[in-house]
Amino acid sequence: MADAKALGTLPRLPLAALITASALAVAPHALWLSPWFDVPAAALLAWCAANAIRGGSSPPPRWTLVALTLASTLGVFVFYHTILGRDAGVTLLLMLLFLKLLETRAPRDVFVVAFLVYFVALANFFFSQSIPIAGLMLVTVVVTTTALVGFSAPVRPIEENLKTAARMLAQAGPVMLLLFFLFPRVQGPLWGVPQDAYTGVTGLSETMKPGELNALALSDAIAFRVKFQTASPPRNRLYWRGPVMTDFDGQTWRVGLPQLRREMSIEASGPPIDYEVTLEPHNRNWMFALEMPVRLPEAARLTSEYLVISLAPIRSRIRYEMRSSPVFLARSGGNQRDLALALRLPPDVDPRARALARGWRESLRDDAAIVTRAVDFFRGNRFEYTLEPPKLGANSVDEFLFDTRQGFCEHFASSFVFLMRAAGVPARVVTGYQGGDTNPVDGYMVIRQADAHAWAEVWLEGSGWTRVDPTAAAIPIRVELGVTAAAPTEVPLLMRSGLDWLKGLRNNWDALTNQWNQWVLGYNPDRQREMLSRLGMKQPSWETMTLVLFWSVGSVLLLVALWLLRGMRREDPIQRAWLRFCDKLARAGLSRASAEGPLDYAGRVARRLPARENEVRAITALYVDQRYGPVADLESLARLKSLVRDFAP
Amino acid sequence: MKLDRVLQYSQAYNFYQWVFKRHAPEPGVVFLTQRRVYILPTRHGLSFGASLILMLIGSINYNLSLGYVLTFLLAGLGVVSILHTFRNLVHLYVSAGRVAPVFAGDVAQFQIVFENRSDFERHSLELACGPARTSCGVPAHGHRVVVLPVKTVKRGWLQLERVTVDTRFPLGLMRAWSYVQPDMRALVYPRPDTAPLPVPEADSDTGDAVSTGAGTDDFMGLRPYQASDSPRHVAWKASARSEALLTKLFAGRAASELWFDWERLPAAMTTEARLSRLARWVLLAEERGLHYGLRLPGATVPLGEGFPHREHCLKELALFRG
Repeated sequence: MADAKALGTLPRLPLAALITASALAVAPHALWLSPWFDVPAAALLAWCAANAIRGGSSPPPRWTLVALTLASTLGVFVFYHTILGRDAGVTLLLMLLFLKLLETRAPRDVFVVAFLVYFVALANFFFSQSIPIAGLMLVTVVVTTTALVGFSAPVRPIEENLKTAARMLAQAGPVMLLLFFLFPRVQGPLWGVPQDAYTGVTGLSETMKPGELNALALSDAIAFRVKFQTASPPRNRLYWRGPVMTDFDGQTWRVGLPQLRREMSIEASGPPIDYEVTLEPHNRNWMFALEMPVRLPEAARLTSEYLVISLAPIRSRIRYEMRSSPVFLARSGGNQRDLALALRLPPDVDPRARALARGWRESLRDDAAIVTRAVDFFRGNRFEYTLEPPKLGANSVDEFLFDTRQGFCEHFASSFVFLMRAAGVPARVVTGYQGGDTNPVDGYMVIRQADAHAWAEVWLEGSGWTRVDPTAAAIPIRVELGVTAAAPTEVPLLMRSGLDWLKGLRNNWDALTNQWNQWVLGYNPDRQREMLSRLGMKQPSWETMTLVLFWSVGSVLLLVALWLLRGMRREDPIQRAWLRFCDKLARAGLSRASAEGPLDYAGRVARRLPARENEVRAITALYVDQRYGPVADLESLARLKSLVRDFAP
Repeated sequence: MKLDRVLQYSQAYNFYQWVFKRHAPEPGVVFLTQRRVYILPTRHGLSFGASLILMLIGSINYNLSLGYVLTFLLAGLGVVSILHTFRNLVHLYVSAGRVAPVFAGDVAQFQIVFENRSDFERHSLELACGPARTSCGVPAHGHRVVVLPVKTVKRGWLQLERVTVDTRFPLGLMRAWSYVQPDMRALVYPRPDTAPLPVPEADSDTGDAVSTGAGTDDFMGLRPYQASDSPRHVAWKASARSEALLTKLFAGRAASELWFDWERLPAAMTTEARLSRLARWVLLAEERGLHYGLRLPGATVPLGEGFPHREHCLKELALFRG
């Protein structure tokens, strides 16, 4: 019953604001949590709102809340098979927020709800840290703050509370910026993160099954961005090397175990290309570089397959400097074992392709000639490039080469490598990205998931691993102009050429996003050290950073305090001069009694200090005139001030 | 064990003394300087801080840049709210307002005046004095009179205890407070008793014999109005005709001399019971427009009537020391 009584004390409008804030914080979660939870969540939120509108006249009984809590926990457990993972945890957090909203009765509950809203807002960033989500969460914080102001000043109109909240957040802004840039950053994780923390990131995978990559090809998500320090090479030379696939079981290509070797070498010739890559997290170790990388970033290694890998999976956006040489000889990674692996084929599949390759081997002795012949085969037959190829059966290579002849880079690369191996030429599939669009707004080249590509590499005596792109042979336009031109109607809307205004809009948005990524999302311990040393802090240590942080935040707060207290009326100058006079006398043991008027006081002082009588009388007369007389003039004030200044009892 | 207690008590006493000395009743206008406004986080402020630490750990663990942004923004908000809360209370002028006399057991309404000479409004100031609580806001360049209802128990002067003025505006995360003790006291009259006894008859030893004095029964004539005359005895019609106000004079038995005498009360009655009885008689006599006086040991209120006379009598009763 005490609850019911307290219920009436919660003001209605702030409560509505709090529910709005909850809805705003929760809304984006509908995008990434299972739709199974959307419906109960929406229902709960509606219930909260209805409860609040009715003035909470009938709060749900305790047992309902207990039952709901149990039901939602059980639901999460059944769905995720755990209650500890990231998604399960976030879902539980949402349920907790709704249930708390339902039983909000006392001012104490209000704070719990507000803090839960902050947590839910933070949880959004697990899934997306884009500008729109950031904007939405800022709105959420403003609304929550407005609600808190409303609860502490219930009779104030809500617009005023909104203004106060906005003003306070504006003042918190500089503090936030300083903390963001100067707070000593630690590279996470602090402990093992749940297994499912990085699901949902897109990118190339460790396997390639012709027909699978096209899901990636339909995504316009950004894989990485590149800033060229030197002139960028032509589009058909832009091969961004990714995982190399050597194992084939007839259906699927797989990457081998990465091997680090000491004697890896690349014989580069021609001018090198310097560039900086900003790689989106993809939860794998590989880092992309133009073929072939000749200088690696510090924390990276080169595998025996000329793949640049980082030592830990890339789980946050990273930036690295690279140098590549477009003209090269890659003669490492070709010992007997490597070559044997690059010749293995599954038995008993694709007889027609094997027969074709055997024919080439019999007529041509030279590996290079066989390669040329195979490329001619792809060029001469009418292959069609499509992102929606027909399904292939058990003999996928045969069916593609002789029957359907419709496919995209994976089909081409896969069947080409099959033919090479069948003909006795060591070959492997290289996946990665091909092409990239330069954003005219900021000059960054953007490589999207849709630019994913697969090509082949053959081992030739003398020149080592040599790139052969059967797709380029069959469908040159794919490499010259990109996937957009090769399959115009199938690519994502935003990537189609022809819609110029849309492209301009997208370029601007991309440039903005890039800045956002570089400065906000990509701000990590390395970047912090770099920025601080550019600001003149040599060897920024933990201690100096804390010290700088302390003083800078302190001075910002001082400025805010001065700004806030500027409207304070100070004692008027006449009174100040008089008080100073009284202080001087008090130090001489003649303090004014609290009930003593100025004239009485002056009389008493004059009797005790006959030598100073004239000054005391003059000061008092001036003070009384100024303070109680009809007009106060500046001249008399100046005289009073100087008299008081010179006065010594 | 005992020694501990004594020490504890003495320390508490010292502390009390210290606080009391700093906040002894202050005459005139009290200015809330920076130095006398204290500020500390509330319980919710502490849990806000704990939440922020959790959010920071989460942001570090998952490398959430926007998590840092959110956490630091909220941290900035928390720090800024210290300034706002402090500003909401500091530099106010507090002075004593009026307080009307009440009867013991009733609620004395202490009026406290808040003056705000700054350019911004003050919100949600909470006043507490013992169990008494009230709240108010003060507009910019304005003042607000707040009534603090204090329950009275004993007759006599009731000095206003130290008042805690606090505010949690704007976020409720911080609490700024200050102590003020405006020098104001309420006069508490003895509670009139409820015994079903009539007003005593006129003195037996004077009685009818002296029937020349002024009374209320029979109209005797008119005389010029004096400040102490009851308004109900003003002869309005006659006054309208003449230049000045005139008062009607009455003669009668009851008017003779209605003395409420401490000594006449039964000897068994305690001091407070006597005072209560006398208070009731004063009220009844005034209600009926009678002419009455009060005799206490050491104090006598001469015969009279009207509101000031009643107040005079009640004040004597309130401040009576046996």
